[in-house]
Amino acid sequence: MRKALLFLLFAPLGALAAETGYRLDRSPHRATDLVSLQSGARTYVNYCLGCHGVQFMRYSGLKEIGLTESQVRDNLMFTADKVGDPIRTTIGAKEGKLWFGVAPPDLSVIARARGADWLYTYLRVFYRDPNATSGWNNAVFPNVAMPHALWTLQGERAFDAGEHKWSEASRGSQTSVEYDATVRDLVNFLVYVAEPAATSRKAIGVAVLFVLGILFILTYLLKLNYWKDVK
Amino acid sequence: MVARLWQWFDSRMPSVALEWRRHAAEYYAPKNFNFWYFFGSLAMLVLGIQIVSGIFLTMNYKPDATLAFGSVEYIMRDVPGGWLIRYVHSTGSSAFFLVVYLHMFRAMLYGSHREPRELVWIFGVLIYLTLMGEAFFGYLLPWGQMSYWGAQVIVNLFSVIPFIGPDLALWIRGDYVVSDATLNRFFALHVIALPLVLLGLVVAHLLALHDVGSNNPDGVEIKKLKGPDGHPLDGIPFHPYYTVKDLVGAVVFLAIFCFVLFFVPELGGYFLEHNNFIPADSLKTPEHIAPLWYFTPYYSILRAVPPLFNSQFPGVMAMGVATLILFFLPWLDRSPVKSIRYRGPYYKFALGSFVVVFLLLGYLGVKPTTVWGQFGFDAFFFDTREIATWVARVCTVIYFLFFLLMPWYTTIDKVKPVPERVTH
Repeated sequence: MRKALLFLLFAPLGALAAETGYRLDRSPHRATDLVSLQSGARTYVNYCLGCHGVQFMRYSGLKEIGLTESQVRDNLMFTADKVGDPIRTTIGAKEGKLWFGVAPPDLSVIARARGADWLYTYLRVFYRDPNATSGWNNAVFPNVAMPHALWTLQGERAFDAGEHKWSEASRGSQTSVEYDATVRDLVNFLVYVAEPAATSRKAIGVAVLFVLGILFILTYLLKLNYWKDVK
Repeated sequence: MVARLWQWFDSRMPSVALEWRRHAAEYYAPKNFNFWYFFGSLAMLVLGIQIVSGIFLTMNYKPDATLAFGSVEYIMRDVPGGWLIRYVHSTGSSAFFLVVYLHMFRAMLYGSHREPRELVWIFGVLIYLTLMGEAFFGYLLPWGQMSYWGAQVIVNLFSVIPFIGPDLALWIRGDYVVSDATLNRFFALHVIALPLVLLGLVVAHLLALHDVGSNNPDGVEIKKLKGPDGHPLDGIPFHPYYTVKDLVGAVVFLAIFCFVLFFVPELGGYFLEHNNFIPADSLKTPEHIAPLWYFTPYYSILRAVPPLFNSQFPGVMAMGVATLILFFLPWLDRSPVKSIRYRGPYYKFALGSFVVVFLLLGYLGVKPTTVWGQFGFDAFFFDTREIATWVARVCTVIYFLFFLLMPWYTTIDKVKPVPERVTH
């Protein structure tokens, strides 16, 4: 009974957050592109970390994307003293809820929950909406609580959901090509922090499959040899 | 030196050598095992993989509602090799069900559940049910949204049982909602209770099998014809013949297993659900709650059965009966032959339909019921116009008809003569 009530309570919210039918763009990120990952890390720390932590990742983990410890210390470490500390945000869940209506979620594994394509599209389809509390709305996540954190880069845009038409309201500091690249790098970084082992796991996998291939030949020959006398 | 040491050991504990001979070196298995006979030994291999990887996971996992989700990510990042162990375990659970489903299908193909192997089958079904429990308890542990709401839905199924239901559900959860208390007890059941039961049942399954001997793709009893040495004419010692053969099977299986593990560990959301990377939130019900693929045929049956007097009990009953009916398979099958090779068209058609509806139910269980849209017309008996729900209903009926009509269609089926000895 309580469950049914819960469903009734949250069904309208769910329906709004449901797939809007907005076509997702394919994210062009490349996991092996270290420059892109570093650029994504910089964007993340400067534009996202104020509200969203990636608490399951440590600052020291950023050495894996080709940065030295002093580079991390001097340029990226704003929320911690020790390089081994987790990348936390400074706002608490309580303030977050008070300010935005919902606490900004930790983004450590958001890329695994949402997928890179969704993130890549989501970050590029914010639009001005005078009816929204924050003044911003989103085409793939209607009525999202989050304002457009990257608007100084992208500029302000308007969206007619019925006509499915975009128009520019003001220019940002980046051209649309530059902005797409910024988002691509940011998504690349989010995909990386969601599973830092992803790249090495594939390399190990190739070696493991090679060894199993050899083992297959050996065991198969062994089997043939033993089974020679079975008629 | 080694020989003398062995002699010392053997004279003090001869049962080791005795049991080795009984179950391996002098256990005579039919020589015509085919592809389908790999899955028994593979199931044991996966059980071993799950136990070992599970032990290592337990070393770093925290069964605490506030820490569980983070401890899994800690394993994925900070524990050396942790991601490997975790993926081995998560891939292993799906592999376990895949192997067990194929192993059970083998029995239906060749009549391995038929006399005198009914007990082997019964222990097998008990293993399957225990495995379902083991998977269900284990799935709560990562404490993601799907873990949480999946457990919430499944435990709520018990609450629809008349009279005792609500108290029973409360007793299982240890709280009014799935909570820290639930997580702790599920952890205990997952790492201690059910693995012990599982191991005991596997021993019983094997002892029962080795007492009556293995069936084979021809469904003939090899023990009927014995050579002058007293061994079955068509039998070969399990060791070394089948140990080396199963070794090849194990390597091929491991190659597929490792491919998934290293390259596509989520397998598009089928082995690790996307929503389970969102921490459990008791205030946010996901729009679409789906169990992992291995439960979805039964989940589909649950959803397909319409409620009666506002109670979901009929659906829960149907789901329960759909699994428990497997116990009766050896007695429902009245065919004079065991193997599909000598069966007539009725059984072949029935088994084929069963496979199709089982897969279809499995597919529909993954998707929301709206997946195929709605019928464009109305009918007086329509309680819902969702096409997928109606397809699932038809499949559910066929699922049960496969079992309930079996005594009839296996009796009237035209069978072919069974040879004296196994064929190659």
